[in-house]
Amino acid sequence: MEPPAEHVHWLFATGFLLLGLCLLARALVGEDVWSRRPWRAYLWPSLLFLMGVLMWPVMVFYTNSMIHMVAHGAWAQTMMLAGAAELGLVRGKLHNVAWRLAMPLALVVSGVAILVHEQNGWLFSRAAFLHHVIGWTALIGALFPLIGAFRRRSPVWSSGFAITFVVIAVFLYSDRDVAPIFGHLSPLAGEQHR
Amino acid sequence: MSTQLITERVATRRRSLRARAVAALGPLTMLGGVCWAFLQPYRITLLHPHDQGFWWLFVQPPLLAVLVGVVFALFVAPGVIEDLQAEER
Repeated sequence: MEPPAEHVHWLFATGFLLLGLCLLARALVGEDVWSRRPWRAYLWPSLLFLMGVLMWPVMVFYTNSMIHMVAHGAWAQTMMLAGAAELGLVRGKLHNVAWRLAMPLALVVSGVAILVHEQNGWLFSRAAFLHHVIGWTALIGALFPLIGAFRRRSPVWSSGFAITFVVIAVFLYSDRDVAPIFGHLSPLAGEQHR
Repeated sequence: MSTQLITERVATRRRSLRARAVAALGPLTMLGGVCWAFLQPYRITLLHPHDQGFWWLFVQPPLLAVLVGVVFALFVAPGVIEDLQAEER
């Protein structure tokens, strides 16, 4: 009854796409306009926190090795931490600017975890390629919220932050359990699916 | 025409561009999903539902992308544009 792994990636892609659109709209109109309605201010941190919570069942049901379990657990924790920190900042419970570093931390930890737990090379299969490319996207994308934490009014960093999530969503939508990448598919990867 | 008027007009045009950009996000996402559905119609299992399991019928990526666009366009974008226009006034 469990969905195939690729379906889980597509469901998370949907969450990341919605998150990216919200962040892009926020970058376009500015934080003041975006936060005019309280529910909207809570929207993207809540979505991020929820995705962190939903990562736990993924960790439990889809990990077939210790390194996979640690990687998925790290994503779950850092996504929840980043979502909770942003919720605290929006609510006014947290004031220190250091809490804004939770988001770049989440992206760095996620990027490192996804790169470390992919044991195969770039062209082993599409899934392996996407692990590498998503890992590097998360690592490079961490620069946007990192710099944005100190330059709050600059639309460049907030737009880059939003586009990072949209790009990750596109990569996750491209995932298949066993599929070639640029015509390459290792015979060790198994039989190609549709 | 005075410099102040020109500046105000340019500022208004830029702001309306922002509103248009926000309004376009949802439809563009929907368009992306529709284009994907045409490029990979086999991803839409509703078109050939026989012998498909629950998850293949429930999770259809192009439709999910369209759904995100619809949700954003219906529930998020209108309020953002309304607040942006109020801010501009």
